[in-house]
Amino acid sequence: MSNPVSALQGAAYDGYVKVEELGLRGMITVRGNLASTKLKNAVKAATGAAMPKQRQISIADEGAVAWMSPDELLLLVSYDKVNEVIAAFEEAMAGQHFLAVNVSDARAMFRLSGDKVREVIAKISPVDMAQDEFNTGDFRRTRMAQIPAAFWMADEQTVEIICFRSVADYAYGLLKDAAEPGGEIGIFG
Amino acid sequence: MLILECPYCGVTAEETEFHGGGEAHIKRYGPGSTEEEFNNYLFAKVNPKGVHFERWRHANGCGKWFHAARNTVTLEVYGTYTAQTSDIPQDIKDKVSAKVPGWSWREFE
Ligand SMILES: [Zn+2]
Repeated sequence: MSNPVSALQGAAYDGYVKVEELGLRGMITVRGNLASTKLKNAVKAATGAAMPKQRQISIADEGAVAWMSPDELLLLVSYDKVNEVIAAFEEAMAGQHFLAVNVSDARAMFRLSGDKVREVIAKISPVDMAQDEFNTGDFRRTRMAQIPAAFWMADEQTVEIICFRSVADYAYGLLKDAAEPGGEIGIFG
Repeated sequence: MLILECPYCGVTAEETEFHGGGEAHIKRYGPGSTEEEFNNYLFAKVNPKGVHFERWRHANGCGKWFHAARNTVTLEVYGTYTAQTSDIPQDIKDKVSAKVPGWSWREFE
């Protein structure tokens, strides 16, 4: 039997914000008509979360749903439930034009925690991280330096980040560098 | 540095989140066309000094292609609009006309 591991196996760095690679997370890319009631119900059944609005993430106890584009969602579920969630999703969507694919092993996840997470992101992404521009519930696909990434704020002290697994090491190095003690800016209070 | 608004996800971001895709509203010529038509389709671009229409892709974002109306001299962006059109929307034309009266670009004016 294979023993799945995440890209950096939980590596962590204590900078002026904490950087952690998170373990394995189930991720399912869904494409389809986001206005369809069938799809909304299937997404809710899969994650427990309601359909997010444009550029938002909707988070429930057992899962989450992120808005990726006008016809794409990312479902976050527990890693060991992915196959059964997809099977149930496909059954619920039978006859509809849609796609649901397991991308869990093609992604890596990071968490930043601390009271200066906003400025660490602002250093490496072209996103306005001011409190009145980006908040809990917002979800942003963008770049971190030279790689594509997406992130949201779980709370005011926590940013969660998804990137491609193939660039996990680059992402980790980048985040550590941005979070290095002595590099504090203090622009977001 | 250009600031563009993606008409699909509504993000307003600077140009490094996007990727330029060349001239907009190009009519494609393939099998059955003359050599001159095919040559012009591939190689003859207007590359104007002033009002210009381009295709852009929200590469580090939602991934969608869209159109942008901008000025290659002032770097002003007049507006962006979806890819699902072969014409320039009237509201975009009006915004360009407000700044550059009497403009024309290829067959559009
Ligand atoms: Zn977009």
